[in-house]
Amino acid sequence: MKPAPFEYYAPETIEEALSLLAKHGYDAKVLAGGQSLIPMMNFRLVQPSILVDLNRIAALGYIRTGEDGGLRIGAMTRHRQVETSPLAAKRAPLVHAAMSKIAYPQVRTRGTFGGSISHADPSAELPALSLALNGKFRLRRQDGERWVPASEFFLGLFTTALEADELLVEASLPPMPPRSGWSLQEVARRPHDFALMGVAAVVTLNEQGVCTEARLVFISAGDRPMAAERAAETLKGQAPAPEVLREAAEIASSQEIDPSSDIHATAEFRRHLANVLTRRALEQAFQRAAENKQEG
Amino acid sequence: MQQTFELTITVNGTRYQRRVEPRMLLSDFLRHDLGLTGTHVGCEHGVCGACSVLMDGQPIRSCLIFAVQAHEHEITTVEGLGTRDNLHPIQEAFQEAHGLQCGFCTPGILTTVKAFLEQNPNPSEEEIREALSGNLCRCTGYQHIIEAVQLAAEKMRA
Repeated sequence: MKPAPFEYYAPETIEEALSLLAKHGYDAKVLAGGQSLIPMMNFRLVQPSILVDLNRIAALGYIRTGEDGGLRIGAMTRHRQVETSPLAAKRAPLVHAAMSKIAYPQVRTRGTFGGSISHADPSAELPALSLALNGKFRLRRQDGERWVPASEFFLGLFTTALEADELLVEASLPPMPPRSGWSLQEVARRPHDFALMGVAAVVTLNEQGVCTEARLVFISAGDRPMAAERAAETLKGQAPAPEVLREAAEIASSQEIDPSSDIHATAEFRRHLANVLTRRALEQAFQRAAENKQEG
Repeated sequence: MQQTFELTITVNGTRYQRRVEPRMLLSDFLRHDLGLTGTHVGCEHGVCGACSVLMDGQPIRSCLIFAVQAHEHEITTVEGLGTRDNLHPIQEAFQEAHGLQCGFCTPGILTTVKAFLEQNPNPSEEEIREALSGNLCRCTGYQHIIEAVQLAAEKMRA
């Protein structure tokens, strides 16, 4: 058997899971879809002594409309469910469009929204998209809960604001305002592999066609999803002319990301990709914004 | 003392009860405990797709799930598709269109294709390539596999 031995619990309610986490703290590891954790256990890169499996908690799997008109996604909602959800397509089209880029069909059957967020892989799509959409996460513990915005959740490589006794139970993705547009651009060696570089853009125009809001978040560009705030700031108050987009892409790719070199690509090449992809993403996002009078 | 669990699982329509350690992967359980060696184990970390089986009709990596998690679920392996004398139309198509060479990756492809064609009986080539994006073959270059899936789709529509 590949993984080292562990004690296994499969609670059927959230309360039961929280009580196990309260009792075992850092000794316990939460098992969601297992598509990242189990490979690491097979290699014995991680050897948790206690595994708390959430797969029997039916109450954690849902997709529904939020009070704000956005999307609420239960932590154990499978990628496949989001991929095939008309509600997700309507309320969070950026996330919906990204689903088919996430790994492979067999992985999407099991992989979960909350698992991807909690794992906080800087090469993954969902952490970056949650940040681009100003999403927030509901973290529960035995004696209470708190909401943490995506901008304060991702702290570093595979590191989040989650405490040992906390469970991420839900993600809330607010709707985009009217005249908003989005884009997700990636380059990967093979489709569905982790992107060498990726960027999500979300922009909003006013009635005069001037940019009022912009967010740019990069994938595989640092130790966490990397938001390019200065680049986004240069877009605001401007009509999206080509030179404006070029400048934002230049700032983001040269100053606001921190890509590393590895066997797949050099940092320099990744910055080059970031520059090109940012321009493409902004072009597409602004075009969608100009066509999109509706909320969402 | 290592914890064990009484597992009840339906594999290819047969109900089994076995006692397992929680760290037993489904792939190893199918092969070692049930003797269903049609499910092949390649990379054992979710990259190659050789161990793909269906759980409740959906394709999964059997190396990325513990057997205990499949308690009270239904699994379909390649042995559940057809028999030597009575091949499943997908298996016939792979034979006729030369959709395999060494055959190591084939069981995972057949199970994945079964779920795929049930959801999408008339797929485009692009959709077939997407559906099989998680299955590596190191022999064929994929072209014959794509053609085999197209032939299988025809057979199943007929």
